[in-house]
Amino acid sequence: MSTSLTPPRSIVIVGASLAGLRTAEALRTAGFAGSLTIVGDEPYLPYDRPPLSKDVLTAQDPAQFTALPLPDGLDARWQLGRPAVRLDPRARTVTLADGTRLPYDAVVIATGSTARTWPARRPPLPRGVFTLRGWQDAVALRAELAPGRKLAVIGAGFLGGEVAAAARARGLDVTLIESAAQPLERAVGTVAGGFVATMHREAGIDLRTHTTVSGFLATDDGRITGVRLSDHSELPVDAAVLALGAVPATGWLADSGLALEGGVHCDAYLRALLPDGTAVPGVVAAGDVTRVPHPLAGGAPVTLGHWTNAVEQAASAAHTLLHPDEPEPFSGIPSFWSDLHGARIRSVGLPGLADEARIAEHELVGERRLEVSYHKEGHLIGALTIGRTRRLAAYQRELQALGGAASPLAS
Amino acid sequence: MQITVDMNLCESHGQCVFAAPEVFSFDDEDYLVYDAAPSDALLDKAEKAAAVCPARAITVTPAPSTTDDTTAAR
Repeated sequence: MSTSLTPPRSIVIVGASLAGLRTAEALRTAGFAGSLTIVGDEPYLPYDRPPLSKDVLTAQDPAQFTALPLPDGLDARWQLGRPAVRLDPRARTVTLADGTRLPYDAVVIATGSTARTWPARRPPLPRGVFTLRGWQDAVALRAELAPGRKLAVIGAGFLGGEVAAAARARGLDVTLIESAAQPLERAVGTVAGGFVATMHREAGIDLRTHTTVSGFLATDDGRITGVRLSDHSELPVDAAVLALGAVPATGWLADSGLALEGGVHCDAYLRALLPDGTAVPGVVAAGDVTRVPHPLAGGAPVTLGHWTNAVEQAASAAHTLLHPDEPEPFSGIPSFWSDLHGARIRSVGLPGLADEARIAEHELVGERRLEVSYHKEGHLIGALTIGRTRRLAAYQRELQALGGAASPLAS
Repeated sequence: MQITVDMNLCESHGQCVFAAPEVFSFDDEDYLVYDAAPSDALLDKAEKAAAVCPARAITVTPAPSTTDDTTAAR
């Protein structure tokens, strides 16, 4: 194994979604002419996931919304429907579920995240309880969304809120169950959370905050009939969705030796780290699976399940692989969006780390408008708008100035 | 360079405004407005803006090179 800093000749990308595809694209655009293999656990070419909780659940023709066109000249060998089960960084091989061993000079870990499931293993979950992460999940859930049926959505975060809104738009009776005082409270605070709560209720969603689910009711043959709530009431439902957050998909790396607590630990150049903090030769990571120090968090590691994070980290990871002598630290300003009941929620920075939220505009009647800036120890750390996207650019610029050097894509 | 934005696809995410504020901005109603023929010096920024658009609504067409013989067609 060579330890000199020479660019790789063969690269295996594990993960055939946005981060993997964009890393491949960035490698080819930068002139990488070696062999490129892309491994995916699903049997599909890359597709776009944000529509899975929006248009895919509501539109007549769902497939058109997830198209993710492949760039010309990608020249990749696809290994689809064949999940990776093992990474051996010393032998530099990736092993697939069918035993195939793929040797590499460099590997990109881009396996994303999986839906957090119900904590209790027993009794098994009844049929009619769904999670939402991939295309098949969305197709299965979509089939349940017939007008007049009763749906419980457990967890009022971004995904749960969007699923509830989509189901309500399809004419279902929707109960949205949230353990905190407001939806999205930990992510964006009580003011924005309360704003979203009002939007849900005005749309006719039965939002129950300070409420958890203690169990499921089912028929003898195992089909859900209801959920039992923390106030001891029972809510009859025809189906339920678990929207309890995402977990980085690191199971296949269990014996790789990498540091995996809360995601693949990376340095600022997206190089995967050992538990002692040293970078592993030839291993980088990008997207939801990563845990990366961020200047906005004072250099503390953050894990972000955002579309733009996957895109920007892909560019950084590709740069690190091709320019091992002069890598550039990743410092893209996080941003995310959510579309709820026709309102556009847009955010930049890390609002979840704030100790103070300042309200610049709050208009719930008629045209819904919200502008909140988030601060930590007096410094700007994020912003969120609803119906006021044009106000975000100034915050984004300020955060970029605070965050130091720009990432390859955000420069 | 020529820039076109499919306004049927645009969802006002704002990523292009962050990436290339010289080219893209919003009006008072959060509708995107942009310079359809910006200076070629902004090509890198415009291409980044297209790459980060979640709606894939932006198309950037670099100016034909000056050695391009299509100029003789007129």
